[in-house]
Amino acid sequence: MTLLEINALTLRIGAAEILHDVSLAVEAGRITAVIGESGSGKSMTAYCVNQLLPRGAVAGGQVVFDGQDMLVLDEPALCQIRGRDIGMVFQEPLSALNPVQTIGAQVAETVLIHRAAKKPEAMRIARETLNRVGLPEGEFPLNRYPHELSGGQRQRVVIAMAIALRPKLLIADEPTTALDVTTQAQIMALLKRLVVEDGMGLLLISHDLGVVAGVADHIVIMQTGRVVEQGATADIFKHMQHPYTKALFKASSHVPERAARPADTPILEVRDLIRDYTLPRTSLLGAAPKFRAVSGVSFTLSKGESLGLVGESGCGKSTLTRAILGLEAIQGGSISINGVAVTAGHAVPRALRRNMQVVFQDPYGSFNPRHKVSRLVAEPFHLLDDPPKGAARQAAITHALEAVGMQAADSDKYIHEFSGGQRQRIAIARALIIKPELIILDEAVSALDVSIRAQILDLLAELQSRLGLSYLFISHDLGVVRAITDRVLVMKAGQIVENGKTEDIFNNPTHPYTQALLAAAPKLEEMIK
Amino acid sequence: MLRFILKRLLSLGLSLIAASVVIFFAIEIIPGDPARLMLGINATQDAVDALRSQMGLDQGLLPRYWLWVSGLVQGDFGISYTYRVPVAEMVQGRVWVSLPLALYALGLSTLIAFPIGILAASRRGTWADWLVMGGTQLGIAIPNFWFAMLAVSLLAIKYRLFSAGGFPGWEDPFLAIKALTMPAFVLALPQASILARVMRSALLDTLSEDFMRTARAKGRTVRGALVHHALRNAMIPVLTILGLQFSFLLAGAIIIEKIFFLPGLGSMIFTAITQRDLIVVESVVMLLVFAVIIVTFIVDITYALVDPRLRRRP
Repeated sequence: MTLLEINALTLRIGAAEILHDVSLAVEAGRITAVIGESGSGKSMTAYCVNQLLPRGAVAGGQVVFDGQDMLVLDEPALCQIRGRDIGMVFQEPLSALNPVQTIGAQVAETVLIHRAAKKPEAMRIARETLNRVGLPEGEFPLNRYPHELSGGQRQRVVIAMAIALRPKLLIADEPTTALDVTTQAQIMALLKRLVVEDGMGLLLISHDLGVVAGVADHIVIMQTGRVVEQGATADIFKHMQHPYTKALFKASSHVPERAARPADTPILEVRDLIRDYTLPRTSLLGAAPKFRAVSGVSFTLSKGESLGLVGESGCGKSTLTRAILGLEAIQGGSISINGVAVTAGHAVPRALRRNMQVVFQDPYGSFNPRHKVSRLVAEPFHLLDDPPKGAARQAAITHALEAVGMQAADSDKYIHEFSGGQRQRIAIARALIIKPELIILDEAVSALDVSIRAQILDLLAELQSRLGLSYLFISHDLGVVRAITDRVLVMKAGQIVENGKTEDIFNNPTHPYTQALLAAAPKLEEMIK
Repeated sequence: MLRFILKRLLSLGLSLIAASVVIFFAIEIIPGDPARLMLGINATQDAVDALRSQMGLDQGLLPRYWLWVSGLVQGDFGISYTYRVPVAEMVQGRVWVSLPLALYALGLSTLIAFPIGILAASRRGTWADWLVMGGTQLGIAIPNFWFAMLAVSLLAIKYRLFSAGGFPGWEDPFLAIKALTMPAFVLALPQASILARVMRSALLDTLSEDFMRTARAKGRTVRGALVHHALRNAMIPVLTILGLQFSFLLAGAIIIEKIFFLPGLGSMIFTAITQRDLIVVESVVMLLVFAVIIVTFIVDITYALVDPRLRRRP
C-alpha cells in the first residue's frame, strides 16, 4: 500500500524556485532513499511532507499521506499528524535535543502532546522506547541529560522521540552524516530493524550513496530541485540512465591519478609522543587528574608521501595534529621536522613551522568573514622573517590562487561570495603560499559534496606531484583515505594500533579494530557489482 | 548539585574577605583626618588627638581592620563621625526604603519586560516587534529623572493620584507601597527596556535552534514549542541582566531618591562622602558589596537550576 505519495510537488521561497515537479512514493514497511548533493532540494522535499517549511515557502502539487493531502490541511490538523503519524529524525544529534530537559521527558513529550497517555504511562512508554532503540534501563536512566551522552546515543534518543507513538511514516534527514562509521552502521541497522518491526515507511534523505545502498528498497536521485532518476535499488545500480546519476556514482568512488613517488628521506618523524590534558580537580588539595589523549605515538612521514590517519572521534587524531603543528605543548617524546627535533617543554620554532601548513574541515568557519581573500591567503606570511611586500606580495597571492584553480581577481572578494568547494580551494591556496613541504589535511574534504570532493582530491594529487608535497591526511572516511594515501595509520584511544601500506591494510587488516572499522564502512563498489 | 552549591558558597566567602580588605585600605588611603574634620579647624591639637584615640584612629592599620570586620560580623558598624550615632541604626532606617524600592522596581521591570520581550520575539518583524523595539529604545535613551519629573507633574500635581515625594514609614504598609510606586515605576522603565531587548534577542537565538524544529516535528504548536522549549533556554542572559540590575537599583537610585525625597541608602552615602564620614561610607559600601555578592550567588545557583550543563562546572 502506498503510504506517502508526492505528486508534481513544487516549492518556492520568495522568488526562488526550490523544487520543480518532484514525484516520489513511500510504501509501508519499505525504505525510500532520496539522494542528492547540497542544494538539490532533498531536505526541502522532506520538510514538505510534514509541512515544517521555512517562513515564506509556498508549496504546490500534492503530498498525499495516508489518504489526505498535507498541503491543504490547516495547522492544528498538521500538529496532530506530526509526531503521531509522522516521526522525524534530524542530521545533528548534538543540537536536535533540548539541552535543559532530560531524555525521558523529551521522549515522553511526544506521547503527552498527543494526549495518548497520562504522565506515568508516558514515562513508561518512554522507557520502553529507549530500550527498543538500544539505550537500556541500567545505563541510561530517564533522568539523563543530552550532554551526558555521545553523538550516537543522542541520535538514538532522537529516534526514540520519533517512534514513541509508532508512527506510520518516519522521515530521516541525513541521520548518520554527523556520526562515525561504526556508529553510522549501527544507526542504519536500527532504522532498518524498526521499519521491519513496526511496518513503518521510511523516507531516508542522504548525500551518501554508500550509506543508503545497503538498506534502501527504492532510490530517488535529485539534482537542483528535480528528480533525475528513480527506481528499485537493484535496478538503479545495474542500469543507471541519467548522466548525473552516473557522475554521482563515479565521484563517490573517485580515485585520483597519483604520479608522486615518495622519497626515502623523512620530513616528519614522531617518536613516542605524549599529550596529556589536565582535567578539572576532583578534590581541593589533590593533584588534578590527567587524561592521556595521545599515548606514545611514533611514525615517520617521507618526502612526497601521503600518509593517512584514520580513527573515530575522540581517538586523539586531532590532538596529534595540533601537537605536530606546534599549537599545543607536548608532555613527552619528540617531533622532528626535516631532522630538527622538538621535545617536551619546547615550542616549535618559527623556522620549522613555516615548513608545514594545515587545511581544516569546515570551509565556512575557518575564514574570517571580514577580510578579503588576498589578506586571508597571505596570512601565513607572518611565519616568514622577510615577507614579500607590494607587487611581490600580490604576485605570490595570484600564484597561490592560480595553483588551486582560482583567479587573480578573486583576491579582491570576500569569502561569503564563494561556494564550499571554492572556499576549500582558497584554504589550500593559503596553505601553499609560503611553499611548505608538509600539508596537514584535517578532514579537509569531509564537508564537501561528492563531485566537489572528487575535484579537490584531483587537485591535491596534482599539487603533490608538481610540488613534491607531503600530506598527512586525517579522515574518518575510509574510501577517501584509500584513494589518496600511500600508507595508513589506524588510531584508537590515543595509540596507533596498525600502521602499513594502504592497500595491505585495506585488503588484510590484522588488528580487530581495523577489521571492525572496515566492516562498518559502506562499500559502494561491491554494491555496483 | 550540593557540591556545586558548596563550591559557590566557598567562593562567596572568599569574595567577601577580598572585598572587605580592598574597601578598608582604599578608604584609608584617602587623605583627610576625620577627627580634625569633626572638630573644625579651630580645635586644638590636644583635642584632636584625644578624639583620635577615642575613635581608635591612633592604632595600627591591622588592629583597626580587625576591629572593623569583627564589628561588622556582630552587626556593630561603628559610630558615625558626623552624627555620633551608631551606623547600624542609620543604615537600618535606610535599608527598609532602598531594599523594598529595588525589589519593587525589579518586580515591575520583570513584569513589563517578559511579556513584551516574548511578544516581540514571537512576532518578529511585525508591527508589534517594531513598537516594542522603538518603545524600549526610548525607554533606554530618556534619562529617568526626566520621567520622574514628568510623573510628579502629571500624577502628583495634576491628577493628585500620588503624593509628590516623601516616605511615611512602614506603619501603614499600603501608604508605604503607594509612596514607593512612582519611584519604583520610574526606576523600572529603563531597566525593563533593557531587559525586554535582552529577552527578545535571547529568545530569537533560541527559536532558531535545531531542537525547536524537533519540538515542532513532535507535534508541538508554535506557542507550545516556545513555552516548553525556548523560554527556559533563553533565561541565562536574562538572569545575568536581572542580577546586574538589582545591584544597581540598590544603591544607584540616588537621583530618584532625591527627586522623591526618599530617605534611601544612595542619598545617605552621598552625604557621608561629602562629610568625610568614612566609617559610614565603609560600612554602607561593604553592605552593598555583600548584597551584590549574595545576588551573584543566587544568580549562579539559578543558572545551574535552569541549565544542567552548568552544574558540573565549579
